[in-house]
Amino acid sequence: MNTPAPSSRPHTFQRIYVWELPVRFYHWLNALCILVLTVTGFLIANPPAINTAGEASFSYWFGWTRFIHFATAYVFVFNFAFRIYWGFVGNQYADWKNFLPLRLAQFREVRSVLRVDILQSLNRPLAAVGHNALAYLTYFVMFLVFLFQVASGFAMYANMSDAWFPHLFTWMLPLFGGDAGLRHWHHLATWFFVIFTVIHVYLVFYHDYVEGHGVLSSMAGGWKFLPKDGPGKGDGRSWFSGKPGPKA
Amino acid sequence: METIADRATRVDHDQVTVYEQLTARGVSRRDFLKFCGWMSACMGLGADGIAQVVHALETKTRIPVVWMHFQECTCCSESFIRSSHPIVADILLDKISLDYTETLLAASGHQAEQCLQDTIRKYKGEYLLCIEGSVPLAEDGVYCCIGGKSAKDIVAEVAAGAKAIIAWGNCACSGCVQAAKPNPTAATPVHKVISGKPIINVQGCPPIAEVMAGVLVHLLTFDRIPQLDAQGRPKAFYSRRVHDTCYRRPNYDAGLFVESFDDDNARKGYCLYKMGCKGPTTYNSCGTIRWNGGVSFPIQSGHGCIGCSESNFWDNGPFYERLGNFPGFGIETTADKIGLAVGAATVAGAAAHAVLTNIRKHHEIGEQPGESAADAPPTPAIDPHNQGGNQS
Ligand code: HEM
Ligand code: HEM
Ligand code: SF4
Repeated sequence: MNTPAPSSRPHTFQRIYVWELPVRFYHWLNALCILVLTVTGFLIANPPAINTAGEASFSYWFGWTRFIHFATAYVFVFNFAFRIYWGFVGNQYADWKNFLPLRLAQFREVRSVLRVDILQSLNRPLAAVGHNALAYLTYFVMFLVFLFQVASGFAMYANMSDAWFPHLFTWMLPLFGGDAGLRHWHHLATWFFVIFTVIHVYLVFYHDYVEGHGVLSSMAGGWKFLPKDGPGKGDGRSWFSGKPGPKA
Repeated sequence: METIADRATRVDHDQVTVYEQLTARGVSRRDFLKFCGWMSACMGLGADGIAQVVHALETKTRIPVVWMHFQECTCCSESFIRSSHPIVADILLDKISLDYTETLLAASGHQAEQCLQDTIRKYKGEYLLCIEGSVPLAEDGVYCCIGGKSAKDIVAEVAAGAKAIIAWGNCACSGCVQAAKPNPTAATPVHKVISGKPIINVQGCPPIAEVMAGVLVHLLTFDRIPQLDAQGRPKAFYSRRVHDTCYRRPNYDAGLFVESFDDDNARKGYCLYKMGCKGPTTYNSCGTIRWNGGVSFPIQSGHGCIGCSESNFWDNGPFYERLGNFPGFGIETTADKIGLAVGAATVAGAAAHAVLTNIRKHHEIGEQPGESAADAPPTPAIDPHNQGGNQS
């Protein structure tokens, strides 16, 4: 194989604080919200016959399911808004500019990640301190779906609410042929999250397994471990200038 | 002394007030007031609103109305003239307002066309244009021709001098069944053919008679377009979902659903959500005003709402399933089928990728030289923290 011979010395690693606490907090709260929204959403779409007899006055399970969906929706939105804010004030790995491959170097990295990790037509160690450029791009697409889900959800929710916030999104309704059309799309977008999560969790395990840089635990503790003698030496590389790398 | 009835026959048609016309036709003051009260209740006006309606009908003269029929089944007219309230059909439509309508016109042929031309010339800029039906645009509009002219040309001509336009029913508002995919005649709703005129979309297939009358009375009373929602429907009648005014709603919240039309739950009157009821995505007054003088409405009769006051409701089907077919993916393809298929492919892809990784990258994976457990630096035999302070 065309792999360079592994060095016979054990690696020495540099520990880098990549994901600050707010990013980690955002990540897990977001994952929890999506889990709750997906489960309650599918229940709303197709309620199981768990209540088949009795007086309506004594039960409200479906009402609660919807309530949880809507309440979680608000948490989801504010958490998301917070992440956008953090893209402007957080460290360079959280910076919003990473999410779009506008620079040639980012674009090249998208290509090499595709070749090394996804198609595996090329075998060469790759390492990224933050996310890799392809991952950033994927998260950007996902943020767009977040936005769609929020806009479509609140547009449908507006007629059940007097609050001003949901009414900001009612312009979505005529665009998608009314509530029924919009609900279709809202439902289909849910599958995007299901599929994203499968791929996402798989790839996190994949990177942890293949590279051994502690990616999986990085969303818990914030640290990644990069070999001082290998690729991605922990030089604090980021895609835009102006911000210093982490102090070595 | 001249009676109102005398005056009604003597004075020019145009100067008679609505009230004068009504009394001339034998409607009592009492019935007139009842009608005004009932109309303002339908429009959701308060107690002072009744006085406004009474005052308007007593003092205002008729509005000239031209009522066109294009691609449609006339169920809107049917609904209107079958209103449970005699004044609606008999007076508002028959005697006072209507200057031209193909369905109810006594004249025919050239006379009828003359009648239309006279009206739009005489009342230019004043008449109300009511349109029932959609306008086919394919093949230069040949799919709907009246008196040798295409609906497309007629509507442009008649709309030019109209003060406002009422689009009656789903056909005129969004094309209804003839605009369902693949829409062979390119049936087009009025608001997409005419621009620059106020258009009121009175949705439904057909709209409820009281709603139609309510819109007319509103125009007469307040002389302005009622508040409209984003799809041009009067908010007074279309701001709430059927679902929000449905008497079966407590069953919905309790999760008590009809599972099939012949089950016990159907007999108990549980919610029809799982039978495809479109009430949750449909804006209309069926739950409050109901039909045929408040006798019933589809859900009360055991059938789910089909969503007839929403655009493209034929394509949002099937009527008897909760989640319809996904547009663009052919029959019987729901979002869930698409999602499941892509999801299964993703899981299979990830599994294949995992296998590939273990083959292609087996050099990088796992223990590297110098990384075995035996190479680890020796663990201190005594852990200082376990020594209970001896070390410090
Ligand atoms: C990741 C985010 C979300 C997911 C995965 C999700 C999923 C779903 C699903 C699957 C449905 C059922 C659709 C159907 O009837 O077939 C649904 C319904 C709905 N969702 Fe969401 N949703 C999300 C976010 C939101 C947000 C942010 C809102 C904003 C309030 C929202 C509001 C609604 C509303 C109003 C309904 C219709 C429920 C009803 O009328 O009973 N959703 N959602
Ligand atoms: C058990 C489940 C999950 C695990 C173990 C996990 C783990 C991780 C890890 C380790 C990262 C950092 C990856 C890197 O360094 O490139 C990450 C990032 C991310 N994950 Fe997850 N994740 C999980 C579930 C989810 C779910 C359900 C979602 C949303 C649908 C999600 C959305 C994201 C996003 C948006 C980022 C980028 C974070 C940012 O830069 O703000 N994750 N995840
Ligand atoms: S029957 Fe239809 S409109 Fe009535 S509560 Fe059930 S879903 Fe809503």
